[in-house]
Amino acid sequence: MHIIENGNAAAALGVKLCRANVIAAYPITPQTPLTEKLSEYVELGEMKAEYIPVESEHSALAVCIAASSAGARAFTATSANGLLYMHEQVQWASGARLPIVMCVVNRAVGAPWNVWNDQQDSISQRDTGWIQIYCADHQQIIDTVIKAYWLAEQVSIPVMVCYDGYILSHTFMPFDLPEPEKVDAFLPPFKPDYFLNPLEPANLNTVTLPDVRMDVRGELAHGYMEIRCLLQEDLRKALQTAGEAEKRFAGIFGRKADPFIEPYRCDDAEHVAVGLGSITYQMRVCVDQLRAEGIKIGVMGVRYYRPFPDEAIASALKGKKGVIVVEKALSYGYEGALMSDLKSALYEYLAGTGSLPVVQNFIAGIGGREIRTDDLTQTLRAAAKGRVSKEPLWIGLRL
Amino acid sequence: MNKEFIAIRWHGRGGQGAITAAKIVAGAAFASGYAGVVMAPTFGTERRGAPVMTSLKISKKKIYDLSPIETPDIVVVLDHLLLKEADVTHGLKPGGIIVLNTPMAHESYHFEDYRLATADITAISVEAGLPHGMVNTGIIGSLEKATNLLGIDLLISGIAEEFRTRKPEKNSLAAKIAYERTVAGG
Repeated sequence: MHIIENGNAAAALGVKLCRANVIAAYPITPQTPLTEKLSEYVELGEMKAEYIPVESEHSALAVCIAASSAGARAFTATSANGLLYMHEQVQWASGARLPIVMCVVNRAVGAPWNVWNDQQDSISQRDTGWIQIYCADHQQIIDTVIKAYWLAEQVSIPVMVCYDGYILSHTFMPFDLPEPEKVDAFLPPFKPDYFLNPLEPANLNTVTLPDVRMDVRGELAHGYMEIRCLLQEDLRKALQTAGEAEKRFAGIFGRKADPFIEPYRCDDAEHVAVGLGSITYQMRVCVDQLRAEGIKIGVMGVRYYRPFPDEAIASALKGKKGVIVVEKALSYGYEGALMSDLKSALYEYLAGTGSLPVVQNFIAGIGGREIRTDDLTQTLRAAAKGRVSKEPLWIGLRL
Repeated sequence: MNKEFIAIRWHGRGGQGAITAAKIVAGAAFASGYAGVVMAPTFGTERRGAPVMTSLKISKKKIYDLSPIETPDIVVVLDHLLLKEADVTHGLKPGGIIVLNTPMAHESYHFEDYRLATADITAISVEAGLPHGMVNTGIIGSLEKATNLLGIDLLISGIAEEFRTRKPEKNSLAAKIAYERTVAGG
């Protein structure tokens, strides 16, 4: 059944369908309506869950960590400075291998204070060991929340489901509401291999020595480095599991997609624009316009940012003349983080083949600066003609 | 008007319900076969009474561009005093339609390139039994009279559904009276 709702409602409905047991959140614009909806579902008895209002984002994730450690399916959501305030617990959740799902409703970070959209918040959490997935419309938001729980629980790694603040969170559009019985078939109840049990007290994640050591049972236990290396290995292997999640989902719901990238008119393209989130759909309109002008261009959305689907990206861009990376975030002092990651993947797979594309970087929509479709088209048109600048260029900048 | 893709920009005041009205029209458009409907409020630092805007795009195909409308086919203005406070006709296509809630007579306005539709929605809504200042359902009747876009019955059922717990009959009646009394013309 199709309904018309905003992106926050799509996320909330997804969490409800996943039967999350514990929700802990602190309100922050533009995430607030999502957690308001969830608290309504719990209050009205539509959702059997514990809704725990907390005094900060740090506590929100701390509650989810405790709940998940005790075997509950936990959810939180935040934006911008709220996510930054959580940062210590963000690292803890992945280190503790807890399958928490968190929506990040992308918003610019202060200073200066700003409530509008860009992606600096989630991009700044790139190296925390979470899986990060970006959504381009409401169908992707609700479907991704459902897939995220399955994936997180398969690989014991938390997942951030990221979607653009306001542009998606507050915009209404139609999407198909998955049937509850199909969601139940896709996502069985959470049964972790190990969880806290008051009858068998245990310490979790206490001081772990640099070297391996004998544990209380006399068994050789991992040192800190082994534990962290396993997180890295399992994150890389999660790409495989993400593929399985997509197949399972398609089998039950009939919506099939490449889990990692979303190419549009890329097959015969000489140039490909690349980005994360809703801007990749906006660039489809630019691509249609430029195609009508005879420019062979396509656009590719990157859905998984961590683990980075390097092979899928490099093979999709093989043989292209130019790649145009348009980002709503920046690794200050260098270039867009996606730009660096993408170039690294191209180098790994295409160096020495003589077909490394020219890669250019554009920064757009920072702090909610409106991205006019005409400006975006003009940028892609100019970039397709040849390299505009070595440094990242800011679209719509008025300096 | 190209009926494959229609862009409607709504101008109201914070708390007036422009977003709810646009959402009702979006739902009716989707029900009548427009696969692409996108309603995107423009956010600033809103407060009650301040001018607010929302974009409603209606298309036969899925809409990928969520950016604000720059060249609307129609503008809907929930309060005639906004004509002095906001540039409501900005980018309005030549021959475009202005739907205006005003107590003033239709003849007292002169727009060179646009078609104007007026009704005193504020008074009509009170007549329908709604509290003073509730105009977001009445204006939908005026919009339909001015455009013949979706059919008044479909819109009224959308209103009744949206307001099912909040005076559905009175809200529907406001739209019906507004539809009958709207003065549309050159």
